[in-house]
This record gives sequence, C-alpha cells and structure tokens, in this order.
Amino acid sequence: MAQVEAVAPVIKNARDKSAKKTTNKNRYRVHYLLLAPALILSMSIVLVPGAFTALTSVTDWNGIDMSPNFVGADNYLEIFGDPVFLTALKNNIIWTLLFLTIPVAIGLGVAMLLLKRKRSRAVFQVIFLLPYVMAAVTNAMVWLNMIYSPISGVIGFLNKQGFNIPSPLTNMDTAIYAVAAVDMWHYWGFLLVVYLAALRQTPIEQIEAAQIEGANSWQIFRNVYLPSIKPTMQLMFVMIMIFSFLTFDYIFLMTQGGPAHSTEMLSTFAYSFAFATFQFGKAAAVGMVMGLFGLVGSILYTKMSGKAADE
Amino acid sequence: MRKSREQSLRMMPGNVVLVVLAFTALLPIFLVFLNSLKTAPEVVRNPLAFPAVLDWGNYVEAWKYAKFGTGFKNSVLLTGTTILVVLLTAAPAAYVLAERKIKAARPVMVYLMVAMTVPIQLFLFPLYAVFAKAGLISNVFAVGIIIAAINLPLAIMLLRTFFLGIPKELPEAATMDGANTFQVLRHILLPAVSPGLITVGIIVGLNAWNEYLISVTFLQSESSYTATLGFLSLTGTFAVDQGVLMAGAAILILPIVVLFLIAQRSFVDGLVSGSVKG
Repeated sequence: MAQVEAVAPVIKNARDKSAKKTTNKNRYRVHYLLLAPALILSMSIVLVPGAFTALTSVTDWNGIDMSPNFVGADNYLEIFGDPVFLTALKNNIIWTLLFLTIPVAIGLGVAMLLLKRKRSRAVFQVIFLLPYVMAAVTNAMVWLNMIYSPISGVIGFLNKQGFNIPSPLTNMDTAIYAVAAVDMWHYWGFLLVVYLAALRQTPIEQIEAAQIEGANSWQIFRNVYLPSIKPTMQLMFVMIMIFSFLTFDYIFLMTQGGPAHSTEMLSTFAYSFAFATFQFGKAAAVGMVMGLFGLVGSILYTKMSGKAADE
Repeated sequence: MRKSREQSLRMMPGNVVLVVLAFTALLPIFLVFLNSLKTAPEVVRNPLAFPAVLDWGNYVEAWKYAKFGTGFKNSVLLTGTTILVVLLTAAPAAYVLAERKIKAARPVMVYLMVAMTVPIQLFLFPLYAVFAKAGLISNVFAVGIIIAAINLPLAIMLLRTFFLGIPKELPEAATMDGANTFQVLRHILLPAVSPGLITVGIIVGLNAWNEYLISVTFLQSESSYTATLGFLSLTGTFAVDQGVLMAGAAILILPIVVLFLIAQRSFVDGLVSGSVKG
C-alpha cells in the first residue's frame, strides 16, 4: 500500500499538510476495505474455480476422486479430434453470425421507427421487451409446445389442415435455426431499447443541419445517426459475440444439442461431459476453449468500455 | 388537415411493421393464456381457438403438481439472497472505483470486465465439486450467492456510473464537517444513489429469478426447486396435458409481467445505462 502516499498530495489547499496526509492515508486504506467483500466474493466463485479448471483440463478427474492423474494435453487432443467438437464450434459461429445480423437489423430498424413516434414509443417498447423479461424456461416451453409441437402446436394444427410442414426441431438442417428464432424473438427487444436510447442522444443540431441541407431520411440515418451511435453499436457487437459463444439455455431446454448433435454448442458439449459422463477433465478442456473466446471478447470489450470509462 | 393525412400516409409502412412485430412478440404469450384455460383434447384440436368453457382447473393442477407453493418461496429466498449480497458488496466497491483514489482501481476494473465475460462452464465444474463436498447442493442460499457473484461485475459497473453522477461538493462538505468515509457513504452517498440501487436490484433480481443453468445444476432435491424448476418438472409429468403445462407457464409469467409493468422505467434505465456510450 505504498502508493497511498503518492496519491495523497493531490489534495490541494491543505493548511496542515502533515495532519491531512495521515487522515487521507487512513481514508484510502478504508477504500481497500470497502472493495474487499466484492473482490473476495467474485474471486472465490469465479477466479479460483476458473484457475482450478485450467488445472483439471490436464487431468482425468471424474469430479469425485481426489487423486486424479496427470494426462497432459490428452483431453485437448481428444476433444479436437472429436467431430462433435467441430460441429459445436461451427454451430457457435453460425449462432454468432445470426445474432450479429438479424436482431441487430430489426432492433436498429425499429429503433429508427420509434424515434419518430413519440406518443406510441413507450407502449411499443414495453411490448417488445416483454419476451426479454420472461424466463428462458417459459419461453422455450411455450415455443416447444404451442408452436413447434407436431401434436399440440401451431405446426401440428397446420398439418391437420393439410399443410405438410414437419417440425423444424426434428430436422437436422433446420433445428439450429428453429432454436435461434426463439432466442432472437426473446432478445431483439433488448437491442431495440439500447439503440433507441443511443439514437436519442444524437445532437439535435446535427440532425437539423442535415435537414436544412436537404438530406433525405436514409442520408440522415447513414451520415448523422449511425456515426453518433457507433460506440454503442460496437459495444453491442462485442457483447453479442461473447454471449453467442456462451449460449446455453435455449439449446439445452429445447433440443439438448440434438437431433444427432446438430444443435450442439460448446456450452452443451462441456456440460454433457461433466454431468452426463463425468469426464470433468474433458469438460474443463472445452471450458478452457470457451474461455479463450471469452477472453478475446473481453479484451475487445475492455478496450471499448475502458475508453468510455476514461472519458 | 392535408398535411397530417400526408404524414400519416408516410407513417403507414412503418406502422404496419410495428404492428406485425408487436403481434409476433405477443402471440406466444397470448397462446399461453388462451390454452391454459382449455382441456387437453381442445388444445390438440386447435391451439389457436378460444376455449369452449373457461376451465380454471388447469391452474389448480399446475399449482399442485409443480409445487409452486414451495417453488415461489425458494425463488423469493434465492432472489432475495442475490439482491442483498449484490447490493451490500457492489455499492461500496462501486463507490471506491468511482472515486479512483487508489491505484488498484484500474486493474480491478479490468478484472471485473474479464469476470463479466467468463463462461459459466469455466468455473461451474470445480465449484460444483466443492459445493458437493461442503454439503451445499440443494441449498437455495448458496445458489443465491453464486448467482450474486456472477452478477456482481455488471452491478458494480452500473452503480459506478450512478456514483460518478453525484456532485463532488456533496461528500466534500460532509468530510469538512468531520464525517469519516463510512459516515459519508452511509448518510450522504447511498441515499444519493438510491435510484441506482433500485435499478440494479431490479436487473439483478430478474436475472436471479429467471436463472436456469446454475439452478438446474445445484438444486437437486425437489424441496429446493425454484418456481422455474418446479414448472420444468411439469413437462415430464404433463407432457400430454398441454393445458396444465400452459397454466403453469401462466403462473410463472404473470408476476414477472406485472412487476415489469410497474417497474419498467427503472428496468429500461438499467438496461440502457450499462450499454449506451454517450
């Protein structure tokens, strides 16, 4: 805590410098005390077990046995050689691309529409956020049973009317899109709210200046609004990338990675290693790969929001 | 008059898009309530049709078999634990990070941002082993604390912006009058950021209430099931009776929707202040 002295002189107009210095010193020591509970909590739940995972990933630990063997890079080599791992990686990339385009486009488009509709704005915002506040558990079960189900869902009803539409969840080519559709249905309202708030911060003078110069709506969007919300857009891009690599709930609830691993994600792949076959070492290795993607994302994220934090 | 008609004509395509999207957002929710009042054969015949008679019996059965009595109690305990732990630890930390008077502030911020993006799968498995050894499996308070730790970085970042919004003169004046850091924090700063505390409490509370991965992993005995897990247990038992299943979904959705409608202002503020860079 030697740095405390270096910070203390910042206080100006101290009449009695030495007395002031000691009280400030104590005050900043208190700061560490105030920071401690949060850091201890986060480190004991996230950091220490995370570090432990790094260690487990080079062992054959089964989660119970207290004397696991060191196996070197075996777990990594085995998962890299597993075709399901590649499928999962591919699916995570598909998921990321879907989420970087469709909800972003809808969210931004609707934000622009609501920007001009001052009176109906609040009502639409609430409606579009409703799926976002509802639990993944209920959303998944409602779509599973009321829409996709060939027995009780809308799909099943259409089939009874003579339209021959198979349930998209049972088809290996369409299952991932069917699950993504539900997650996007639930998610895009969040992007709308964020984009709308960012758009509303665009300086009114810039918009008026563009209007006077005779710019049309598209030009105003392209040259005034879009540059103005660029930092928010970038931050959301990184956030979507990170969360796309972590996605779990909707997949696990709706398909559990099936049919035939066609919707498997890194997260469900890791989970089934740990809790279905008790191969904690392999689960840890997959977790490490996910962590690597997360780290890349968080470096980008830190760079971006760090800029904003420094003002 | 003509101008307004022209204007409304120009707004038409946009309005159509908004109404169609509102319809897609609400249709699945509407289907929940519609089918929660129907018998199983009615649901299977046509999920889009109105019920012949309103059958409230589904709600009684769903409540009984999903054990929502225990479930809601556990959900409240879990969510309460999370909110309490997050606010008690995040508020002082956010204050320190907003002040930036200690050199560790910067590395701590970087650590928190990394912690925010760490996949749960990276720490879940060792954590599970430790909790199993310590006999904390199926303990809602323990799960509430894990969820608190996961939400902590976001909460600190959000609260920090609220602390940054307080005018510097406020705490300085109190310090001049001889108040120590704790007193300033307790009596001056915390009341000043109380809207932030409410916002963070709502966001974190919703995350805890809706949480799935941690709950399903750590809560294994039926007596520790939260409302969401109780609802999921219906899907096994009532896979054939969609009416009961949808009544269960309705019971789960209703309190969230009501709470959201009441607190939407704070909720939207919380979503936005974490993500919009001005």
